[in-house]
Amino acid sequence: MSLLEIRNLTTAFGTESGQVTAIEDISFGIEPGEILGIVGESGSGKSVTALTVMGLLPRPPAKILSGSVMFDGQDLTKLSERQLQKIRGPGIAMIFQEPMTSLNPVFRIGEQIMETIRAHERLSPRALRDRAVQLLAKVGIPSPERRMDDYPHQLSGGQRQRVMIAIALACNPRLLIADEPTTALDVTIQAQILDLLMDLRDELGMAIMIITHNMGVVAETADRVLVMYAGRIVEQSPVERLFDAPLHPYTRGLLDCVPSLEHDRPRLVAIPGSLPEPARRPSGCRFRPRCAHAAPACAETLPILAERAPAHAAACIRLPEIAAAMAEPA
Amino acid sequence: MNRPLVEATALSKHFHVGPAGWFGRRIGGAVLRAVDDVSLRIMPGETLGLVGESGCGKSTLGRLLIRLLEASDGHVLFDGADITGLAPKQLRETRRGMQIVFQDPYGALNPRMTVEDIVMEPLVIHGAKPDAAARDKVAAMLERVGLSARAASRFPHEFSGGQRQRIGIARALILRPRFIVCDEAVSALDVSVQAQIVNLLQDLQQEMGLTYLFIAHDLSVVRHISDRVAVMYLGRIVELARKEELYAAPLHPYTQALLAAVPAPHPAGRAARRAARLRVAGDMPSAINPPPGCRFHTRCPHAMAICREVAPPLAETAPGHLAACHLLTKTH
Repeated sequence: MSLLEIRNLTTAFGTESGQVTAIEDISFGIEPGEILGIVGESGSGKSVTALTVMGLLPRPPAKILSGSVMFDGQDLTKLSERQLQKIRGPGIAMIFQEPMTSLNPVFRIGEQIMETIRAHERLSPRALRDRAVQLLAKVGIPSPERRMDDYPHQLSGGQRQRVMIAIALACNPRLLIADEPTTALDVTIQAQILDLLMDLRDELGMAIMIITHNMGVVAETADRVLVMYAGRIVEQSPVERLFDAPLHPYTRGLLDCVPSLEHDRPRLVAIPGSLPEPARRPSGCRFRPRCAHAAPACAETLPILAERAPAHAAACIRLPEIAAAMAEPA
Repeated sequence: MNRPLVEATALSKHFHVGPAGWFGRRIGGAVLRAVDDVSLRIMPGETLGLVGESGCGKSTLGRLLIRLLEASDGHVLFDGADITGLAPKQLRETRRGMQIVFQDPYGALNPRMTVEDIVMEPLVIHGAKPDAAARDKVAAMLERVGLSARAASRFPHEFSGGQRQRIGIARALILRPRFIVCDEAVSALDVSVQAQIVNLLQDLQQEMGLTYLFIAHDLSVVRHISDRVAVMYLGRIVELARKEELYAAPLHPYTQALLAAVPAPHPAGRAARRAARLRVAGDMPSAINPPPGCRFHTRCPHAMAICREVAPPLAETAPGHLAACHLLTKTH
């Protein structure tokens, strides 16, 4: 049975120009111990998906219009704030892009870790402190005993993210949601943090939902991938298959427009235009105005996510034509 | 041989940090060596990539080259003329030839000016009248960077990030400069839009014969756009070479670690790659009181006794390939 099972989830925000949907009809599951990558550009709805799962969106202006988020036999969308607090921590924990804004600048980091443990468990002060030191050691903070008394500003960006991960691990969550965990970090530090996340998965068996705009981060970490565009899932696939045989034109575009570290390309293949604003989305397929393969029929119906190969689904009505066009010698 | 368009000799920028005394005088305090003894040449028409992690001094170096910052020491030659000591009036004339495109297309454009006024401003500053001829120039430039004529009367907030970056490029190019510093110019953009802007910069370079210093932390974008690439670490250039060489056969351990840290473009064989990867531990030390000797020795897997004491010079290890590492000089 899936650890987390999301069905037909639609979240909207009330704005001056009326209600706009941030995510629409999202369905997916995560298995225990699995790393699921959710990839998309800004405005694709990937963070709103995570925040809806965590129950962290202020309602209003956010509103869950339909769907369910099943975790441990409970529908999280139906729980009260008090019930959700019991799930956050031991059930699902989350880390964010900017660790400086997620940590409280006026409390020592040891205190912030202990606070989280205290919220869910009764321990003696001694045991509590030991546990916090162990957590700092586990996430690779050197001389953790001394670091307990540091304030967030005394740490580097990479170390702050490690502290955030320590706080997230404080209650042994079964699912860790990491929202752009390395976007603000330099590349050598990014490699350290991704290594840490994968080691923790192997060691603790927790599932990880990693949200990113970086295809390289997905290639490095994920077992399975969802690609989101303008609030909808457009493709879903095991990771190797997504990179070997992407189906949706948007996924292909994302893979093609990134320059290579190993060989030269005379020119990058850019996707024309930009992501539509939520209130100005086109009819039919959301990607249609930017798609080289668009046909009149694409404007008429919203393509549904349908399985094209085992565990590999894409939402595009033009796949047979695109496959034929690709097979033709140039 | 061609004369370099931009040449820096022993260029340094030191910032005094710590409390300021009366009348802004510094009392004691520490010195942050943002750029320390950097020499380099940029040839006409080439793109020199400049990479390194945050705090390595790459943006400071870019600003020094166009004198947006005053150097603490060293000289900058632009087209053979020393611009280090130029008086403001002469400097302004020289500035026509050098411009900068910033990272943040939101912060770099005045939200209360129309796009036309933003792009026209450099012309006006350099003595042009804001007349019909100037407006025609602006319109032509906007078209050239891929914006419609209607864009001229609108305000920055009405545009997406990619379009704003096009506005920033139009403003930089309106004076027909020869040298452009692109300071993380595509870093804030979504990847699909980033490719559009990279292509635009390359097209403009061809058409207008531009010379670029392309500062970025994304190593694959830098590889794509550059002819040669310089790698900076804690205020110093540690390696500089033609891009094919630098990416295929990096010599400095820091360059090797930097390249190894970039996520691979395909998941195949990732477990084996992870196990084999050269890793560096820890973070870059502070540029206030940087480590003595080679600045990378605190994180270098190959550090030797000499590395802790003597700073290795940036030396030519093969024609056109410079690296600053004792491992390399030892074998030569």
